Amino acid sequence: MTVLELRSVSKVYGRGAAEVQALRDVSLTVAAGEMVAVMGPSGSGKSSLLTIAGTLEEPTAGAVLVNGKDTLRMSGGAKSQLRRRAIGYVFQDFNLLPGLTAAENVSLPLELDGTSMRKAHLAALAALEELGLGDRARRFPDQLSGGERQRVAIARAVVGERSLLLADEPSGALDTQNGEAVLRLIHGYCKRGTAAVVVTHDAQLASWADRIVFLRDGRLVDQTAAPAGPETLLEQPS
Amino acid sequence: MSVRHALLALLSTGPKYGLQLREEFEANTGQVWPLNVGQVYTTLQRLERDGLVTAAGDAQPGGEHGPQKAYRITEAGAVELAQWLRVPPDLSVPPRDDLVMKVLIAVRVPGTDMSEVIQAHRRYLIELMQEWTRLKEDDNGRDIAFSLVVDSELFRVDSVVRWLDAAEGRLRRALADGWDPAQAPAPVTGAGLPTRPTTGARR
Repeated sequence: MTVLELRSVSKVYGRGAAEVQALRDVSLTVAAGEMVAVMGPSGSGKSSLLTIAGTLEEPTAGAVLVNGKDTLRMSGGAKSQLRRRAIGYVFQDFNLLPGLTAAENVSLPLELDGTSMRKAHLAALAALEELGLGDRARRFPDQLSGGERQRVAIARAVVGERSLLLADEPSGALDTQNGEAVLRLIHGYCKRGTAAVVVTHDAQLASWADRIVFLRDGRLVDQTAAPAGPETLLEQPS
Repeated sequence: MSVRHALLALLSTGPKYGLQLREEFEANTGQVWPLNVGQVYTTLQRLERDGLVTAAGDAQPGGEHGPQKAYRITEAGAVELAQWLRVPPDLSVPPRDDLVMKVLIAVRVPGTDMSEVIQAHRRYLIELMQEWTRLKEDDNGRDIAFSLVVDSELFRVDSVVRWLDAAEGRLRRALADGWDPAQAPAPVTGAGLPTRPTTGARR
């Protein structure tokens, strides 16, 4: 089942001499259970692709469908609801609210969406527990390590059965071990049915994805083949 | 890879038979480098000749490879092992890398789309990294030796991908600055010859 579909999406910022073509005729579909990484140098359009896929920005041309619905035809209210219920975001700098505990940060999107405080709190605790942060639920962001903060951000992004997870350099500020743990978690969610798009310039992190697409100057120029199966690596020529 | 020193290391925990050494070698290298038992016996004979190991006890009547003989590490063997562990392998000479050669040559072939050439290699390398990452994900850190080997492969291939990224950026900038790939660089004269680093180890 297709969760995200970009149809011939283009994005232009500015006008005239200052015009920048960030995306050119990009088409991409991501199925439920699939993790796609988007790789490309700075300025290739990676972040624009992600904000447009997340309906935070509108494309100049083309269409964006989430769970089969054309987001450009939605009312503002319907789009906000889609962002709260179906889409989870993970950013490089975590974006946790400093005045709220880990559990409150995670439960906030559910509460904003009308879930009762008690139910939202229980869901947040369950999500934190699953990410190994059960004993950190009452801590504030500045009492957590970088790796823990990013895991809280992931808990917030996945709480309440989101179908689409969007991540921009999700382990950018983390060391190798913590970065790997974050990607392992995201891929774990995908195996249970979530669709994910992860933007990164780091090949090691991208290699967690089921498919990697390459952006150059706003165009999707290439993508990896379906995995051949790891067994082939360990077969030694004798 | 030094089978010789790997066997010395395995013997440093106590006397062992050849077959046992092979099994432990494979377990300790994450099963990535298979070793045939003939190689183990030849290496043990050389180590014995050099006085680094010695027979321990009497030979046991054994299987297909004749009587089983146990070996123990000698004091000279322990010294040799300790030295080898600390001497960095010689990395001062750039290896003749096929991929680097291909890119250097591609630059000189008229009409070559360098981004396309580089992307073909990048895609292959990243697909290779995906396979290693799957193995790492499936193992989930249970086999530490295996994780170390996989990490080392991932970092090695990753460094090649980074080089490709840097090469592509450098070529783009040079072309934008009006560089003409058909124009051969001026030959470097004696005094200006670049020198290799010389701080490397000897073996």
